[in-house]
Amino acid sequence: MSFLSAGGGAPFPVLPARIRKVVSSLTLFYSCLAAFVTGGLLCVVAQLLIDLTRLTPARILVLYVCTGVFLGAVGLYEPLYRFAGCGVSVPLIGFGGTIARGVREAIHTQGLFGALTGGLTAAAAGTTAALVFGYLAAVFFRSGPKRLGKKR
Amino acid sequence: MDNRKAYRIYVERRAASSPVLKNCAAAFWVGGSICLAGQLLFALYRWLGMSPDMAGGAVTVTLIFSSALLTGLGVFDRIARYAGAGTLVPVTGFANAVVSPAVDTRSEGMLLGVGGKIFTIAGPVLLFGTLCGTVYGVVYYLAGLLL
Repeated sequence: MSFLSAGGGAPFPVLPARIRKVVSSLTLFYSCLAAFVTGGLLCVVAQLLIDLTRLTPARILVLYVCTGVFLGAVGLYEPLYRFAGCGVSVPLIGFGGTIARGVREAIHTQGLFGALTGGLTAAAAGTTAALVFGYLAAVFFRSGPKRLGKKR
Repeated sequence: MDNRKAYRIYVERRAASSPVLKNCAAAFWVGGSICLAGQLLFALYRWLGMSPDMAGGAVTVTLIFSSALLTGLGVFDRIARYAGAGTLVPVTGFANAVVSPAVDTRSEGMLLGVGGKIFTIAGPVLLFGTLCGTVYGVVYYLAGLLL
């Protein structure tokens, strides 16, 4: 699945492969466009909420995660994900959608107990990565804003 | 009184309108670009042979690592000041909200300083995220029993 073209003067038998390449790069282009537009629009909504209603950033984050859980609960998250890919999974809505999906799958395997285990299990990679990298950053870096202040 | 009120409304409208548009444009293209980068990483990880689930997780981890690095270097704040919600809403904002207090409170000690403050914003997000998830789980379970 190389996205480089096959080079000039391709003989006839190579054509199907080239067409497949064109189609796959079109698919990549389309998925990137959908991710860009959807992700951008979700950010614009948050920006409007910040500018017009004075919601604090922390509230925006909580609101987006809970919205994601809600979208997952009513079955809208998966179709959205199929359409926009990382456009919905990279924004914090994706965190909520992952939690909702984890809870649902855990309930299928563990019953009611899954309501407690599913959410954090599904969100484990992101949460743990943030905590570990956060700790490492605290070990290896000095406070950022102060250093920036000195530079200016 | 009416004049003063009208003037205040006038001032607020004039003061708000142009930054709101500019902020939204910045949030759109920066936030969109982060999601676009995620999509490209996703394609890359899929191409490397990961399953869709694992590739999605790897994208999240890569973006979190990048924003932790940029936060530590002090670059993230400069981007965030321009992009506003554009860096806040993607998972980069969550990572920044975890890493930034951790780096800043290092002087208060590793245990209670970093260990406690690392959850300043991640705490509410995790609490209400899991709370909503659990409520949904209980409802989903009960609905499964009844239907």
